[in-house]
Amino acid sequence: MAEMDTSSSGGHKQGPGVKKGKKLSTRIDLTPMVDLGFLLITFFMYTTTLARPKTMEINMPYKDPKLKVEDQNKLKASVALTVLLSKNNRIFYYEGIGDDPNKPPELKSTNRKAFRQVIIDKMKSVADMKASGALGVKDETTVLIKPDTTSTYGDLVGMLDEMTIDDVKVYAIIDITDIEQGFIKETEVANGIK
Amino acid sequence: MPHASLPRKSTHIDMTAMCDVAFLLLTFFMLATKFKPPEPVVVSTPKSISDIPLPDKDIMLLTVDTRGRIFFAIDNKNMRTNLIESINFKKALNLTKEEKAAFTVDASEGIPFTMLKTYLGSTPEQQKAAEVNAPGIPADTAVLAPNNDLAVWILAARETNPGLRICIKADGKASYPSVQKIIKTLEGYKIFKFNLITDLEPVPPGTARYADIHSAEVKK
Repeated sequence: MAEMDTSSSGGHKQGPGVKKGKKLSTRIDLTPMVDLGFLLITFFMYTTTLARPKTMEINMPYKDPKLKVEDQNKLKASVALTVLLSKNNRIFYYEGIGDDPNKPPELKSTNRKAFRQVIIDKMKSVADMKASGALGVKDETTVLIKPDTTSTYGDLVGMLDEMTIDDVKVYAIIDITDIEQGFIKETEVANGIK
Repeated sequence: MPHASLPRKSTHIDMTAMCDVAFLLLTFFMLATKFKPPEPVVVSTPKSISDIPLPDKDIMLLTVDTRGRIFFAIDNKNMRTNLIESINFKKALNLTKEEKAAFTVDASEGIPFTMLKTYLGSTPEQQKAAEVNAPGIPADTAVLAPNNDLAVWILAARETNPGLRICIKADGKASYPSVQKIIKTLEGYKIFKFNLITDLEPVPPGTARYADIHSAEVKK
């Protein structure tokens, strides 16, 4: 393919005085070229596969100022687990939604690794309640994620990821209230967390 | 004794065919590669198990760095041209033709509207230097706040291309309030669905999701 026929002198009969040019081979050693080719292929292969970032899709709860409070579905306290994300990747959680002012919720402090078991236990207790008929068929474990102003974006993504890992169907990101920020402070003081 | 002499064969192999293949593959990879657009800041995204790939086009990228500065970027050049026209009109920036052209080729913005004219009027080197100390696009939790520049960017971009997907690429160490500003602004425009860019991480074994994936594999 890469060679050309140079043997024939093109039909011209050369006289005795005409000097013949020295015949050089037209074969080129292609090895370095192949080397270079594969080197570049390797480079492009790596850059193509690594340049595709992954994403996490997120749906925020629909908010409409026209929606009246009485029209909204009321969340049952028995299916709810409220998670408060605080500073230094600390997680505070309590059962229910903490809407009863006479009975303040009892905050428990944990980290992400230990929190997985909390969710699994909660899902199990909800499943048991469903089986015994205490809850309707449509009731699902609901996790309310409330990041505090001291928390980081990484904490939030970690918690959202935890929901996917543990297969929690219903969860929402909700603004933290002043009362809850107070709860965190109280718990921190009570447990000596800085 | 008769000596059986094998004919000596040359050790040279014809490399032409191999070379052809190598360059064919090279051409393919070169055409298939899409280089990463230059990033305004280094961001290390948090890890998650989500493996949905980022769409190739029609994305609006909102980058948040560790200090909470917000950067805005759109990949499509034609859209950038339309976008700056719209921004110029909305904010009455009186941009010249050259300044608009500078915006079209620029990768991302991280400055308030008040600084935009000066920024676009400067040379590319000066722009690069300015980007390092950029204050970020001002944002607010209230979408209609007068200082919420981000809201204007988002609205203008959505008007130029309604099918735009919004992606937030924030650093894991960025504080939540800075990301909350973006989320609240999006909610203000009734955008409840968006993407968060994360790094892939394997699913931890022994969890519900892990069992799900593996039972699906068995069924196959």
